[in-house]
This record gives sequence, C-alpha cells and structure tokens, in this order.
Amino acid sequence: MIKLSRRQLLVSGLAATAGASGLAVAARLAQKYGLVPPDHGGIYGLGETLTYASQRLLTRHSLAREFPRSRISPRPFPNELAPLTEEFKRLQAGRFADWRLSVDGLVAEPASFSIADLKSYPSRSHITELACEEGWSYIAEWIGVPLSHVLKLAGVHPQSKYVVYTSMEPDTWDSIDMADALHPQTFLCYGINGNELPVVHGGPLRMRLPRQVGYKNIKFINRLTVTDSLKGFGKGLGSAAREAGYAWYAGI
Amino acid sequence: MATLGSAQLPAETGIPRTVSTAPVTKLAPRHSALVRVTHWITTICFFALLLTGIEIVISHPRFYWGETGTVLTAPLFQLPIPSSRATVPTAYGYVLPDQNGWSRALHFEAAWIAVLTGLLYVVSGLLTGHFRKNLLPSNADFSWRALLTSFTKPLRFERPSEAEASSYNVLQRLTYLFVIVILFPLVIWSGLAMSLAFASAFPWSVTLLGGRQSARTIHLFVSLALVLFLFVHVAMVCLAGFWNRTGAMITGRTATRKEHA
Repeated sequence: MIKLSRRQLLVSGLAATAGASGLAVAARLAQKYGLVPPDHGGIYGLGETLTYASQRLLTRHSLAREFPRSRISPRPFPNELAPLTEEFKRLQAGRFADWRLSVDGLVAEPASFSIADLKSYPSRSHITELACEEGWSYIAEWIGVPLSHVLKLAGVHPQSKYVVYTSMEPDTWDSIDMADALHPQTFLCYGINGNELPVVHGGPLRMRLPRQVGYKNIKFINRLTVTDSLKGFGKGLGSAAREAGYAWYAGI
Repeated sequence: MATLGSAQLPAETGIPRTVSTAPVTKLAPRHSALVRVTHWITTICFFALLLTGIEIVISHPRFYWGETGTVLTAPLFQLPIPSSRATVPTAYGYVLPDQNGWSRALHFEAAWIAVLTGLLYVVSGLLTGHFRKNLLPSNADFSWRALLTSFTKPLRFERPSEAEASSYNVLQRLTYLFVIVILFPLVIWSGLAMSLAFASAFPWSVTLLGGRQSARTIHLFVSLALVLFLFVHVAMVCLAGFWNRTGAMITGRTATRKEHA
C-alpha cells in the first residue's frame, strides 16, 4: 500500500483541483470558439469533439486538393439511389423548371431560388475528389454557385452558426457550421464534368463539400435554414445521418 | 491475482521450506508504471481499432493503387469476403448489415486515445532514457550471432534465459523499435491521409503516399503487419511463461528463479 504524506496529499489535491478547473476552462473556451460538435455527447463524444476541434483549429481555411483536368475519373460512380418520390418525378417531368430552393431562418428576408436563378449567378467549378466513407473515391469537375453567394443574397444574421440543408429525399437533412458554409469550395452544385448534374448524381441541386465525405454531400437540396442552434432540428444531433449512427462532422 | 501467487511468495520467511527443490523466487522490478499503463491502454485501443477497421473494410473490400478507385474501376485486389454494401460485387449471395456508423466513431476515438497515449509514452521514453536503456541495442549487445540466436531459440521452443526476464534481447529491441518508430507512425500517417480535411491542410501527406487509394491500401498492409506483430508477441510471451510475463506487465515486477542460489 502506498502511504501518502501530508505534503503529497496537499500537492495531489491541488493538482486535481487545477486539472478539473483546467478542463472546465477548456470546455468553455471550446464552446466559445465553436469547437464542440452537436453530437458531443455519448460514448463517442470524446472522439468526435477531439476530431472536430482539431480540424477546426488546423483546417478552417484550408482548400481541398484540386486536380488537373487530365485526372478526372472517366466514370464517376453515382452510388445507390433511394426510390424517387412522386413529387420529385413530377418536377423531373417538367425538367425542374418548378424546382425551388428556399432559404429561411436567420436571414434578412426568406427567399426562394429557381435553378435558372442559381445558374444566373457567377458560376464556379473545382476539380476535386468525392470520397465515400466506405473507401471508394473518384475525381470530377463540380460546377455550381458557392453557398456563400446565396447566403449573402439572403442576408445572413451575424449570430448564425449553422446552415441546415434539406433534401427532397424523405428524412434526409444535414447541417454544417459557418466555416464550411462560407468556405469558397462549398457549392450548391448543378453541373458535373461540363454537363448538367444528372439525377443519379443528385441533380438538379446537390450540396458539394469537398472537405467532407460523401454522405455530407446530400443530393436533391431544396431547402436551406440558417440557425444559431441545432437543438430544434430532429433530435438535435445535427443531421439525419447522425441519428442513423454516422458522425455529424465527416472531414475524416 | 491468484495466478501470481507464486510470484508473491516471500523470499525468506524463516519457516523451513517443506519442498527444498523449489526455486527461490525473488521479485525484481521489470516495467515502469508508465510503460505498463500505456501498454494496456494501447492494447485496448488496438483491439477496438482492429475490430472497427475490419467492419469498415467489409463495406468496400476492394483495394486500389493511386488516387481514385470505385466499383467501376479495376481493383489492385479484392478480399474474398462478403460486403455490407449491395453495390460491391462479391462471390456471396447476401449483403451483411451496415456497421460503419459506430465503427467509424469508435475507430477514430480509439485512434485518438492510442495516439495521445503513444505521445505520452514517446516523450517519457525519451526523457527517462527508456528507449536508450531498454530498446536501443548497445554496440556490445549487437552481433549477428546474438541476432541469429534470438531467432533460432524460440523456433526450437527454447525458453528464454534468466537474463532475458529482466531485459530484452537484441531481436526484441529491434522489433519493438520497428513497431514504435516505423509501423505506428506509418499507420497513423496513412490513416490521417485518408481524412479529406486533414489532406486539405497537409496535401503532401497524401501525395507522398501515392494518392488517397494508395494511402488506404498502405493502411491495410501496415495494420496487417501490426496484427502479425501481435501474434508473434503473444506467442513469445506464452513461450517465456505467460503468467510471469503478463504479471510483470501488470504489477511491474517479475519473479526470477534462482536455481543455483
């Protein structure tokens, strides 16, 4: 048995107090600087928080790797598609002329954009890799309008922290923090490899975030909600994928 | 710790021994507390990483070389196992349930704990001289003959000598150093290279490995090398005396036999 002297007891007591208050201060600072993900609770919360916090400290402004045109994959793999809804088929029959992207939440004025509206804004493209959490990946040219452009048009409030994006696919929604929402490579994507974005790849409108894996790059986006808290969305964990067990932050 | 009973026998109790042939046992210090704690944390993390790594591989048991690769491109090789995704062509008529959500979460959490534990081990190993004293083969120790003996002895199922209970032989030193200096850093690097966000900040981490898919394939092979190390490590512990050596890694002390005392 180890015998503790009074001095050792005092020192370890002080160390424990300092450690505990250090942790408390670290938690408050992390919260203040937006380093805590919405899914920070539970048994995997420690890992998720460490990953998200360190990525935010290291990669807030870094750009996803871009490739020369010669390295575009000949056959981009579209992955499985859930059965399309009747509403989607109706819009598809009309060549998506009636498709609307609505923007609401913490914006100056709720707005709605047609695909033609989005295409009228300065078009941007990047040749980046789409990587799935399963392991496969391909390179394509992604064409669209930066999400930041649309958010600017809608007039985002300064206290905004997240953008929630919803798909026309049932029960499919996700969210990103403002660092990703305002990132220059984050697109509302409507084109791929010089063509219109086909339905199999998420056309007419897909969220394209080249710094996060495939499942954050949701297809058939028709609604954006700007918010300062994710508590009111689903179970408050930040995404439908998270409710199915997949981490909210997917930069890894 | 009933199994350590013999090791905890007091050396001299003053009571006449009933069995005079019993070797005198002595408890000699073997592993520092830091080495023991980091060893077992790493062990737990290793098994978590292995299990979840296998689960993640099942979702796409195809491996490629270079930057990209999908089911539409030719793989370098495909593991002959079923998949948890219907999009992956396999020789099996069924699709396994998807386990990637929690597997990814536990994989990264265990990786964090393992990396932080490893950092603590490396920093303290440098400061306390653990690497220099216990792992770096000294010039006097190192000879091809000693290296050969340390190979052939376990192959003949010979138990290690008494001296090897309190110190590592030259082959052990080289193996542990290889795992600590080469395999662990490489498995961490190839894993981080697969993070899209990490790669955006450190693009060379992917390009130096030959691309994203190369990094994934390297990650698999380094993991397999670590599993091979685990098998040999446990086999050697069994050969040397499982409870004695495992006990030493738990209590920090080893029972040394003094047959000629």
